Amino acid sequence: MGAQLAARLGAAAVVILGVCTLVFLLLHLVPGDPVEAMLGESARPADQAALRQHLGLDQPLPVQYWNYLAGLLRLDLGQSLINQRPVAAVIAERFPATVQLTLAALALALIIALPLGVLAARHRGGPLDSAAMGFSVLGLAIPNFWLGPVLILVFSLWLGWTPVSGREGWSSLILPTLTLGTGLAALLARMVRASLLEVLHEDYIRTARAKGLSESALLWRHALRNAALPILTLLGLQLGGLLGGAVITETVFSWPGIGSLLVDAIKARDYPVAQGCVLLISLIYVVVNTLTDVLYLWIDPRVQ
Amino acid sequence: MVEQAGAERGVAGPEAGAAGAAGAAGAAGAAGAVLEVRGLRTQLGGAARPVTVVDGIDLRIAPGETLALLGESGCGKSMTALSLMRLLPLGGRIVAGSVCLGGHELLSLPEREMRMLRGGRMAMIFQEPQTSLNPVMRIGAQVAEAVRVHEDMDRTRASAWVADRVQELLRAVGIPDPERRAEDYPHQLSGGMKQRVMIAIALAGNPRLLIADEPTTALDVTIQAQVLQLLKRVQRDTGMAVLLITHDLGVVAETAERLAVMYAGQIVEQASCAEFFAAPAHPYSRKLLESLPTAAKRGGQLAMIPGRVPALDQSFAGCRFAPRCDRVLESCATTEPDWQAVSQDQQVRCLLWRAGPSSGVAAASAQAADVAQPGETAMAPAPASALAPKLGAEPLLRTEGLKVWFPIRRGLFKRVVGHVRAVDGVDLTLNAGETLALVGESGCGKTTAGKGLLRLEQPTGGRVTYGGQDLAQLAPARMRRLRKDLQIIFQDPFASMNPRMLIGDIVGEGLQALGIERQAARRRERVAALLERVGIGAEAMTRYPHEFSGGQRQRICIARALAVEPRVIVCDEPTSALDVSVQAQILNLLKSLQQDFGISYLFITHNIAVVSYLAQQVAVMYLGRLVEQGPVADILGNPRHPYTQALLSAVPSIDPDSGREQVRLSGDMPSPAQPPSGCYFHPRCPVARPECAQAYPEAVHLDAQHQVNCLPEIVGA
Ligand SMILES: Nc1ncnc2c1ncn2[C@@H]1O[C@H](COP(=O)(O)OP(=O)(O)O)[C@@H](O)[C@H]1O
Ligand code: SF4
Ligand code: SF4
Ligand SMILES: [Mg+2]
Repeated sequence: MGAQLAARLGAAAVVILGVCTLVFLLLHLVPGDPVEAMLGESARPADQAALRQHLGLDQPLPVQYWNYLAGLLRLDLGQSLINQRPVAAVIAERFPATVQLTLAALALALIIALPLGVLAARHRGGPLDSAAMGFSVLGLAIPNFWLGPVLILVFSLWLGWTPVSGREGWSSLILPTLTLGTGLAALLARMVRASLLEVLHEDYIRTARAKGLSESALLWRHALRNAALPILTLLGLQLGGLLGGAVITETVFSWPGIGSLLVDAIKARDYPVAQGCVLLISLIYVVVNTLTDVLYLWIDPRVQ
Repeated sequence: MVEQAGAERGVAGPEAGAAGAAGAAGAAGAAGAVLEVRGLRTQLGGAARPVTVVDGIDLRIAPGETLALLGESGCGKSMTALSLMRLLPLGGRIVAGSVCLGGHELLSLPEREMRMLRGGRMAMIFQEPQTSLNPVMRIGAQVAEAVRVHEDMDRTRASAWVADRVQELLRAVGIPDPERRAEDYPHQLSGGMKQRVMIAIALAGNPRLLIADEPTTALDVTIQAQVLQLLKRVQRDTGMAVLLITHDLGVVAETAERLAVMYAGQIVEQASCAEFFAAPAHPYSRKLLESLPTAAKRGGQLAMIPGRVPALDQSFAGCRFAPRCDRVLESCATTEPDWQAVSQDQQVRCLLWRAGPSSGVAAASAQAADVAQPGETAMAPAPASALAPKLGAEPLLRTEGLKVWFPIRRGLFKRVVGHVRAVDGVDLTLNAGETLALVGESGCGKTTAGKGLLRLEQPTGGRVTYGGQDLAQLAPARMRRLRKDLQIIFQDPFASMNPRMLIGDIVGEGLQALGIERQAARRRERVAALLERVGIGAEAMTRYPHEFSGGQRQRICIARALAVEPRVIVCDEPTSALDVSVQAQILNLLKSLQQDFGISYLFITHNIAVVSYLAQQVAVMYLGRLVEQGPVADILGNPRHPYTQALLSAVPSIDPDSGREQVRLSGDMPSPAQPPSGCYFHPRCPVARPECAQAYPEAVHLDAQHQVNCLPEIVGA
């Protein structure tokens, strides 16, 4: 197990270095001159030269790469072109909002999906199953950029129960969470149902029944833990989707997180900030999937 | 369901039949039966077209008794067991009958109370120990769970008490070092150990009745012997009754006092084992016994039962066996046979016995006389000379020092940290037109040796000579041309078939791919003929693999291998999933093909009876190496290696006075990744000496053909 763990962590480290390199190259691989793109074509050559020097773009590529990596180690991601503040500080300011929203959405998804999937599996073929799966199809079909505005329209504008946008108090968290969480909940519910149904056909479930266990003991103690393995994998992979979804949802609700920061930065051609956001989102993705693998090791004793 | 069961009770014949059977069932006695089943009828499938998988079963088991429920697959044995436990699969329902456990009716119990009995007063173990334990739960916890469910709460609140009880149970089923083993997960245990854990779970509630559904079918004979012995011991200690479900007549003979033979959802004969094996009364029972392969039947074909088991979604007017019965009377098609007493301890459901015991005996002996002259469906017996080992038979395929090692990889860079020596230097000689049997416990490398031989697995070392060429070194293109000559039939019939291909295409694939029969119509004809020959029927061509039983699938695989008319077939346990009557058909078929076309078989098996019937040469394998080889008569009649002796003595026999000495092996085979020093067998060898741990023993040649890898003073050379 120790060796396995080391192997996973080692692999994660390699991937992280790769991600950093890619993000670094992003700036250099976009066609055209980044400085021109940032300042616009009409900018004066002197300004362009100043910016180029400021960004270190006048140095040879390996030197730039080295400086970039060294900067990363010091958490120095450069400065925003708009307000000259350190990128790390700008991101740190926005990060908690994104973490809050994603965790809330994740929690909502789990709270909806687990009981729904379990219920559907237990009453397979019955009306409860159909209802649950009907909800799931709906949740999957509705895109966030449509659900968000509709929720705003109904709950903020008509009913006036929640703020329209921004991040003030708990009530402002409700609508973005609903928007972001339902899609994942729908997907998860299907997955929970499918893997439970598969597990419930296994021989060891029959053994557990023959022991005289009740149906609920069977489900919670034997079936769910086995069904958790494929669910966990899906969850790890879906978190990327959640972060992607956050970009749209945050923009719709003007939620002051990384997603809306990224969109703003791109609009304002603030490359260092955009670069920082992409780097962070990618890193979160890698870290979460590594954590999933480690959890897998812990849950499934057969992975030796 | 329960009301329905009550309402329909006593509807039809089964009740009356039950009275007859029960009245004469001397061994069970009238009072104090642990289990009494009357007229049990179970259905599956939709109400529009129900499949009556159990149709009016009567059973009775006394305390401490073992009743064997014998029958071929699909006859309803498992469904009977699951009905008794009320654990039927979705859509299964009990529509009539009564099940009494210790005098209490089970079918009307609310589910909650039934749950208390399940795993408590009645427990069940299953066929597949590999999949019957929860893979993510420690085995100690799985046993503890069973303990907690059935002990009263005060005691179980003391977790120390539960832990002690778990240890006690694990120790009782012979798990060595139970404190440590309780912390293991199922995948860390061998199949035999898992089945022991299953038994421990079953024993947790102190059951009065244990239902064992093919408990040893998935295990090796040496492990089977251990598990059956364990069950006997537990039964002696606790006085529980056992309902042993099996299709193995040898297991019945060695473990049960009484048996019930099932056919197409009904019991057709009940008897004490002594009476049954002396003289089975039902024509079906007789055929079953006659279809068992033995050395004595080598000269001829085995008895076969023509046709197939009837589908159970129909209603029957007369005897269900009538279309296949060779003693069929005119009345059989219209009159449902009721129970007839053959003797105090033997009842049968057959019209032959209606006019009293003597009538049946007369009819039965007429039938016995028939066996010598096979009926229309059996093939002509082979001349004995064709089956005797030919002196100086020409070697067709030979391996020298064949090695197949699998690398063990670890870590991030998949470094090779060792090798599983699945096959570690094996010399085999397969003669033209002969059968070489390769026997040994599962995991000893038989399958890998067979694959290495055909280069389905690249040999790590050694030579495989066929037709003057070394297959191990042959270029892939030239190897492909030889594939037509060298076929294999796999152990797992389902895994080796594409589930999305029609049976006709699966069987015809080789004919097409190797360019043997290009014309589609002719190909279809050949495939149809092949399917008929393996007992499937040509109508199967347009169906998919999942529509067939395990046994039928294996027959399809055999048809596929036979299609290209090969010279060598590696048969990897081809009959281990088959019922004896079907096995007889396959063995007859394989034998007749050998006579007609001179095909050679490398027959990988653990079934010694099949070896004695089919093989000319035998090689015994242990942990990747051969320990003994020679002509079949020498190996089976005069085994010299301690392992061969133990293996042979573990085979259950229907011959009550075979008088064999039982050599019980303890423990399991070690891992081929780390074979023991010296003689690989020394940790389990009952006659090991200190020097056995030093060096692998050289082959001792007892005569020109019989050789043994053991110390000369042990083998008496
Ligand atoms: N889950 C199931 N669904 C539908 N049919 C089944 C199922 N399990 C078994 N059967 C059918 O029930 C019959 C009896 O099966 P079973 O009791 O398993 O036989 P046995 O244990 O004697 O081999 C067979 O015809 C089989 O095909
Ligand atoms: S009743 Fe008739 S068909 Fe049935 S087994 Fe007896 S003789 Fe054969
Ligand atoms: S060499 Fe020794 S350990 Fe091996 S089989 Fe012979 S007696 Fe037993
Ligand atoms: Mg069965």
